[in-house]
Amino acid sequence: MSATRRRVVITGIGVVAPGSMGREGFWDMITAGRTATRRITFFDPSRFRSQVAAEVDFDGRKLGLTAQEVHRNDRFVQFAMVAADEAVADSGLRMGVGGAPDAPEPERVGVTIGSAVGATTRLEDEYVQVSDAGKHWLVDPRYASRFLHQALVPSCAATEVAVRFRAQGPGTVVSTGCTSGIDAVGYGSQLIEDGDADVVLAGASDAPISPISMACFDTIRATTGNNADPEHASKPFDARRDGFVMGEGSAVMVLEELEHAQRRGAEIYCEVTGYANRCNAFHMTGLRPDGVEMSEALDQALAQGRIDGSEVGYVNAHGSGTKQNDRHETAAVKLSLGEAAYSVPMSSLKSMVGHSLGAIGSIEIAATALAVQRQVVPPTANYEVPDPECDLDYVPKTARDHKVDVAVSVGSGFGGFQSAIVLAKPDRRPA
Amino acid sequence: MTDVTVINDEGVVTEVAGYARDTAPEGRAITAPPRGTTRLLVTGLGIVAPTGVGVEQHWQSLLRGELAVRPIEGFDASRYGVTVAGQVRDFDPEQYVVPQLKVQTDRWSWMSLAAATLAAEDAGYIPPEEAYATSVFLAAGSGGNEFSQHEIQGLWAKGPRSVGAYQSIAWFYAASTGQVSIRDGYKGPSGVVVSEGAGGLDSIGWARRVARRGTPAVLVGGTEAGVTPYALLCQVTSGRLSTAPRPEDAYKPFDERANGQAIGEGGAILLLEEADAARARGARRVWGEVVGYGATHDAHHHEDPAPDATQYTRAIRLALADAGVAPEEVGMVVADGAGVPELDVLEAQAITAVFGERGVPVTAPSSWTGRLMAGGSALNVATALLAMRDGVVPATGNVDRPVAEYGLDLVVENRERDLDVVVVLARGFGGFNSALVLRRYREEESG
Repeated sequence: MSATRRRVVITGIGVVAPGSMGREGFWDMITAGRTATRRITFFDPSRFRSQVAAEVDFDGRKLGLTAQEVHRNDRFVQFAMVAADEAVADSGLRMGVGGAPDAPEPERVGVTIGSAVGATTRLEDEYVQVSDAGKHWLVDPRYASRFLHQALVPSCAATEVAVRFRAQGPGTVVSTGCTSGIDAVGYGSQLIEDGDADVVLAGASDAPISPISMACFDTIRATTGNNADPEHASKPFDARRDGFVMGEGSAVMVLEELEHAQRRGAEIYCEVTGYANRCNAFHMTGLRPDGVEMSEALDQALAQGRIDGSEVGYVNAHGSGTKQNDRHETAAVKLSLGEAAYSVPMSSLKSMVGHSLGAIGSIEIAATALAVQRQVVPPTANYEVPDPECDLDYVPKTARDHKVDVAVSVGSGFGGFQSAIVLAKPDRRPA
Repeated sequence: MTDVTVINDEGVVTEVAGYARDTAPEGRAITAPPRGTTRLLVTGLGIVAPTGVGVEQHWQSLLRGELAVRPIEGFDASRYGVTVAGQVRDFDPEQYVVPQLKVQTDRWSWMSLAAATLAAEDAGYIPPEEAYATSVFLAAGSGGNEFSQHEIQGLWAKGPRSVGAYQSIAWFYAASTGQVSIRDGYKGPSGVVVSEGAGGLDSIGWARRVARRGTPAVLVGGTEAGVTPYALLCQVTSGRLSTAPRPEDAYKPFDERANGQAIGEGGAILLLEEADAARARGARRVWGEVVGYGATHDAHHHEDPAPDATQYTRAIRLALADAGVAPEEVGMVVADGAGVPELDVLEAQAITAVFGERGVPVTAPSSWTGRLMAGGSALNVATALLAMRDGVVPATGNVDRPVAEYGLDLVVENRERDLDVVVVLARGFGGFNSALVLRRYREEESG
């Protein structure tokens, strides 16, 4: 990349995560090593193999949404709206209707929201009505909500956020399965680098705790069968792990061009110095144990910021808690960081907040940005019994003060997608 | 190709495997060229559309003026109030998708897999040994509709055990992109955009960023397959579909009797290649060059049209500025052509604001096929390139009396015209506006 590259920083963070409220509640929870996984309460899970999930206790009305916003939108859209509200407030940017004179030009504000499965929960709920609980293939329009188009096409999430903040720049939803969150933030960064926006509201949201989503992961045994002890059901990198725990939530970041942020004296969490993704071109759900594609994505993301692997102070893992993932990812990090892989702390938030499919990548970026800002590494909860094939420092149970000038977050998703993003202190001095 | 075993946590499951590559394609790091020097060419087209499967089938159907919007086949749509759509009637998925892959994918993905094959064949593209050198950036609108409806129906009628192993990989919006990358061994950066009808253009917008960062070949575009009972019902709730029972009364963009849209299925996938890479491999044909792109959002309301065409106009101007092209150089505009009067008038305002009253020939070929959501804008790019090749602006279908006040030079009969630069427009429900500028390829400028 040329020397004139526009630099991208994070100046606002909003989080909707299980077991907590807002960004600071989320940070307190993950640094305390608390878990939000529990027996599913949204529906009776007794007929399902996996009966645990990390649910958000969410009331959109109490979090500032209007009755109509709640009525017309699936939960995943509501999450994104609330997370965006918090992120924008945090950034100090005064945007939207009645925006202040120093607000960014609306035409220079973009929106990139990731989601793996969009409004799948609402689509299912409504389908139950119009099909009379699956009795009829030809559904009955008299029982249909008038907002089903928005449920079918998840681009409504970008629209709702754009309307909220009068973001008239480029907007889209990014849907690359479980890497959607990283890819949406990466795409948003590219919009700023390329000069197409100065500010981008970038993040992801998913609310997949529904019968069809639980059933489809049951069938392939990707989710945990550990129903007896829900609080300790998600055990990434631990030899006893037996699949991921479904989660839900959202995080939205305010991405901003560095000079734009400096001019207004914004507080900067960190810089986005690199983003890359690759496909494994191997299998929709299977991962090869060597991790070469994830490693390639990580190498490229580091190279964009001219960062050496030895500078990395924290690896925010995908850490879903399936055997194949944990081994794949451990191999990838070793491949990219070499000997340094053994000394860098690497942890999985999914041990605490579950796996919210596309959303989790953005929630993990939020946590990683906070780790860079606060020089604290969140732990991997429930980690007790090492797996000989996963032999890195997974930060068991307890958060750790640590020098984190550079952190990476990686993700892996159905479809073979492998993504990596690099966050660094903006005033970092290269080694 | 062979079955593979996938390790899970209760042993080894082969059921979900089905289809994978025998060997890992090799890959190594790509060195990015200097920014701003990338020229991106369209070297392959793959079309699966209501007008036909294949480039010439589609183009000849358009030139003959065959209305592919017809009464819906496959299920009784009468109760939905919308009974016509553009369906792909002569598509044999078996011709493009091997059986073990077909059972684990939706019709939407079959069409993507077929269109990707056709695009690569058209380009004579043999994936290079460097697997990271090819990317897949598709747009999606609604995912694996028929597959998913079947599985959800089973879940509620019979219980969780009736849900098959492939629901988790067939339904979600990235399924087609993932399957194309796996089948064809493309390991480059990939992505999926959802911006409703604007998606096809937005996939090209993202692909350009990836090409600038060093990936020399990208498949773009997308397909859609939402002419199924539940997906149709969902689309009906937009309030924008025509309820006219006769196809010729239904989708009539810019017409005095415009009364809503018809939906359709299918789309197009295009191969974009960086110019030097295309030349180095001896690409047999260049359809045109992607020279400009712009995207804006109305940011006005979750469903109402914008109060004016400011942002739509701005998208067009951004794309022209990006291309370094003046409005008077543009020989044809392929319009979004919503077919809803409130939206048609806004598009007419945007076009006349940039190009002047009757300043450029305008066509809306989706009138022949119905609106294919994410697939539609991709198909319009293919159509624009065909128009440029043959020097013919294809007519807008189904128009009897264009609204004179719109001030458009609406093309209602095929018109011969030398086309050097064309603009393709697209909008997505909720306020997405995108514009793309294509130019005839001039080799002497390259290098």
